[in-house]
Amino acid sequence: MIFHHLILRVVTKILVGTIILFALYVQFHGDFSPGGGFQAGVIMAVAFIIYGIVFGLTAVKKVFPEWVVHKTLAFGVLIYAGTGIATMFLGYDFLDYDAFSPAHPTVGQHWGLLVIEFGVGVTVTGVMVAIYYAFAGRPPSISDEDW
Amino acid sequence: MIDTVTNIILLTMLVLTALAIVRMERLFAVVMLSGVFSLLSALLFVTLDAVDVAFTEAAVGAGISTVLLLGTIALTKPVERRARHTAFIPFIVVLVTGAALVYGTLDMPAFGDPNAPAQIHVGPEYLARTPDDIDVPNVVTAILGSYRGYDTLGETAVVFTAGIGVLLLLSGLRRRREDEEEDQA
Repeated sequence: MIFHHLILRVVTKILVGTIILFALYVQFHGDFSPGGGFQAGVIMAVAFIIYGIVFGLTAVKKVFPEWVVHKTLAFGVLIYAGTGIATMFLGYDFLDYDAFSPAHPTVGQHWGLLVIEFGVGVTVTGVMVAIYYAFAGRPPSISDEDW
Repeated sequence: MIDTVTNIILLTMLVLTALAIVRMERLFAVVMLSGVFSLLSALLFVTLDAVDVAFTEAAVGAGISTVLLLGTIALTKPVERRARHTAFIPFIVVLVTGAALVYGTLDMPAFGDPNAPAQIHVGPEYLARTPDDIDVPNVVTAILGSYRGYDTLGETAVVFTAGIGVLLLLSGLRRRREDEEEDQA
């Protein structure tokens, strides 16, 4: 098994880092270019899924253990809703990001967008990886020759 | 002119891909073609200047869905089971549904109509206020995250709920624990 798919393994090793970098770009550059938390989360999940497909489920679960994934998908929603609660504690409406910088509302909006987009990205990454684990973790019923 | 040509080519390829998906029996090829279908739709969205939607379609439709469908095939069989009934009734249902959809589009405003409800309702206000209120170049992000923050929170909760649902149905946490106990024994 070690010697199978040599080209795939080498290419994957090069690609995974680039994919994660691109996901982070889409995540944190969403205010300025197309993209945002949803797309970035999917791209980030793809990096782990590719790694899992080529190197096996056991290898990817060492990088991103299942219990971390399960915490991740709840944590993103918590970040998002927590931002809303935080603005309420600062005396503004739910999810009114002006609260983070009352003197310069646009700065507060930038911070608010950054944080909630991060929450979206975290949840989407967690859900996609969790779904992949759930599918890939079941015993397959067809062998490699049947493809 | 060039837009029209691009649209005609893309839509023709979409229809051809859809026909190929219907005719194919090897599900591996069907999954790959559905990825192609998503990429073609993404290109259509680009020609409509809906870059964010195109991005999502390419990442979710062509990327993740393809992988998950492949995972599903690995759990089932790679060849479609032959239908036991004639396709007559499904064909009628599809025809009626299609006719209803086409009939529905007759009432829609023409493509690019400046007086369409989408152009005169809150859209112009968002466009006008974003530079002062939020000051980000991508208005889509401003609307999603700030003006429509509640909706996006709801969407995130939906994604979360969907993930929990799949985990409950498929992950088999208890079975895995039993396996580990067997391994240790």
